[in-house]
Amino acid sequence: MSNLEIKLKVDASGLSCPLPILRATQGIKTLESGQLMEIVATDPGSVKDFDAWSKATGNAMVEQDSADGKFRFVLRRK
Amino acid sequence: MTAAPADKPKKLVIICYSGELEKTWATMILASTAGAMDMETTVFVTFWGLQTFVKDKKRITGVNWMQKMMSFMQRPGASHRKLSKMNFMGMGPWMMFQLAKKYNVAKPKELLEMAQAVGVQFLPCQMTMDMFGLKREDLIEGMGEPVGAATALQLMTEADSTLFI
Repeated sequence: MSNLEIKLKVDASGLSCPLPILRATQGIKTLESGQLMEIVATDPGSVKDFDAWSKATGNAMVEQDSADGKFRFVLRRK
Repeated sequence: MTAAPADKPKKLVIICYSGELEKTWATMILASTAGAMDMETTVFVTFWGLQTFVKDKKRITGVNWMQKMMSFMQRPGASHRKLSKMNFMGMGPWMMFQLAKKYNVAKPKELLEMAQAVGVQFLPCQMTMDMFGLKREDLIEGMGEPVGAATALQLMTEADSTLFI
């Protein structure tokens, strides 16, 4: 964990592909450039998917960690 | 990790040709996700694919008896798709939707709405509309202007990736 200033938290636990990505997209659009969003998913595929999404959209991955079957991502709006 | 945003957006074209539930699902998953990935996504909707984009509440479409008969035999609408295998008079799709609910998988209709929300363009095929006697008001809201094969081909040659589903 860190002391980043998270502007928005999105819980995508239990959701299957591609819903975590779609929830992230909905969420990040509400932020301003430079603000941070934290999203938590339980879909193991989301680790690679969020990496791909981050690269494609330019919303940078600031942090990524996992514990107890939960995958946490912190992304910065482009 | 630093992200390297593309200079110009990637373009994806999907030719939505089939009307079966499983293929409709694939189209909607890829279209909505592509839109979420900031890809300029266009879906050209033709033949059986166009049946998916008729409003769910429409039961009979068409002008002449053959078109009406076709829509009667194969109910249009995103929520009324059949499986190509194991349809069993609707038992197959019903079980698919039960499983989707259990595992939090979005249905094609929900994904379609999300795709539209992230700017995916759905273009109906004019020829298919004519052949099936479909009017603009038969189709769901938010679809683009009807176009033909030449427009589809032009979009495909300019795209980074094209899928025929």
